[in-house]
Amino acid sequence: MMRDPLIPAVGVVTKIRVDTPDVKTFRVVGLDGKKPFEHIPGQCAMLSVPGVGEALFSITSSPTEPDFLEFSIKKCGCVTDWLHAMDEGQQVTLRGPYGNGFPVDTDFAGKDLVFVAGGIGLAPLHSVINYCRHYRDRYGRIDIVYGSRSKQDLVDYQEILDTWCNEDGINVHLTIDREQPDWDGHVGFVPNYVKELGFDTSSTVVMCGPPIMIKFTLAGLMELGFARETIYTTLELRMKCALGKCGRCNIGSKYVCKDGPVFRFDQLDELPDEY
Amino acid sequence: MMKRIPRGEIDRLFAALAGMQKLYIPADDPSGQARFTPWAEGMALTQRLNTARSAKDLFFPQVENLVGFKVTGKQIEMIETRDPLEDFILFGVRACDLRGFEILDSVFLSDPVDTYYQSRRQHATVVTLACSRPEETCFCGNFGIDPAEPGGDVSCWLTEDSLCWRANTEKGEALTAALPFLEDGGEDAAQAQREAVREIAARLPLNRLDLSAFGPGKTQALFNRPEWKRLSEACLGCGTCTFVCPTCQCYDIEEFNDGETVRRFRCWDSCMYSDFTQMSAGQPRPTQLERFRQRFMHKLVYYPDNNDGAFGCVGCGRCLQKCPIHMNIVKVVKTLGGDGA
Repeated sequence: MMRDPLIPAVGVVTKIRVDTPDVKTFRVVGLDGKKPFEHIPGQCAMLSVPGVGEALFSITSSPTEPDFLEFSIKKCGCVTDWLHAMDEGQQVTLRGPYGNGFPVDTDFAGKDLVFVAGGIGLAPLHSVINYCRHYRDRYGRIDIVYGSRSKQDLVDYQEILDTWCNEDGINVHLTIDREQPDWDGHVGFVPNYVKELGFDTSSTVVMCGPPIMIKFTLAGLMELGFARETIYTTLELRMKCALGKCGRCNIGSKYVCKDGPVFRFDQLDELPDEY
Repeated sequence: MMKRIPRGEIDRLFAALAGMQKLYIPADDPSGQARFTPWAEGMALTQRLNTARSAKDLFFPQVENLVGFKVTGKQIEMIETRDPLEDFILFGVRACDLRGFEILDSVFLSDPVDTYYQSRRQHATVVTLACSRPEETCFCGNFGIDPAEPGGDVSCWLTEDSLCWRANTEKGEALTAALPFLEDGGEDAAQAQREAVREIAARLPLNRLDLSAFGPGKTQALFNRPEWKRLSEACLGCGTCTFVCPTCQCYDIEEFNDGETVRRFRCWDSCMYSDFTQMSAGQPRPTQLERFRQRFMHKLVYYPDNNDGAFGCVGCGRCLQKCPIHMNIVKVVKTLGGDGA
């Protein structure tokens, strides 16, 4: 078969982990049992179930994971409904990786890093966080502010408790929107929590979450004195090709699929407000 | 070197070309619209200046199979569904549509190369035909296109008594070598026609637009202009402009399940449609204003931003002729551009 960038490869879902009531994490390997391809944290891949459709997802696993790719996926449409209903051993198709990824080996090197995530927004950051944990001595202090509607909606909660919270130099700040009986941690919205915590403005911030969280967290960071050049986010728009050709994920002259999905806020300021 | 054949013997040329490869010429369909049609004995060239739909269909068909899948239980088997291709000759392409191919090339042949489009391009020999009577909806001159001197593998001029023929590339030379009945000569007739056509083109009403407000780096100045509202107000979102446009290349990827095989295909899509950017999580272009603006900003600013200033319009005039509400890129340029009309 003549190879075209639009033609996927077949892979197998070897493990499905239930994270929250509407988020599952899918482990995917190639038909040869190996990791399908290498990637950079923040890059994405097209997953599909033939007959249902193809959709773009962040790769949640770190590139340092040698054996597989993982995708944490929220149930919210045709393809994701189907993915959530399937069993381990199901074959899927995938192609990628796509996009620019985070500058983990350049701009991030040597910096204090502040990760800010809301809900499923942790998915793309999970890859970066675990990459930075793997190469811990390349980075300064690491802070992770992560919030969700409730304790049950925190993605990767067990991994956060078991590993992230127990490592020196990594400070995890969890918060949920409302009080609940089995929660003795912080309660409140992410933007306010970030302001309360206050961070050194020489840090690099990496942010992903719902648009409303991004908007108010960004405003809070500006008040704290952060420069927009030091704040990164990752975007998502509808895509079909992920190659910069099908024409629908552009913001002005930039295509989210190939020029993004990772942008700094000073870069976004140059683009029209249409995302 | 220029060659010629008497105009009365043009069928002989078509028959010879069709004997070598599949030949497409612009011919009238039963409704009277011109379209690129596989040539058959007795088929005549259209008298119309241009085809209703652009020539992009031959390289980027409206629907095209990508790959198939057979799903059995949890197993997926991939099946080759690529359309088999053969060499073909595309005769009668106007200079505007030829520029359209170059614009499509910049999208589909840039890394990573679209091999479906690339194969069709490689299989084609493009024979262009100089315009003899440009119309008042033509505005290719704004984009540095000379309708009297089209490129391609072979260029042709249809004069009063001759079809003049000049090979420009190796492919064109190969074709010419297989047409021994072409006579030498014809340069004078072609030159006379060039001059006549350039004179007409210079007088066309839309051929001197002020494009200085558009091009690279103009997003900030244009994006929030209040005139977009008035310009887009009557747009029906029918997508006709995108379908007849030689440079519109947005596509969708969809699947058809016939019960045995899932066929994944791509088909034309339009930024004018509401579901083009619809996501389960939101809609970045919620009204027709944003969709309308996207189409014209893409042609006039975004494409130039990414392609050394080249505009994504070729001035063929099809959208001027076909839009049901008579809105078009010329009105957009005049409203937002220097004329301020």
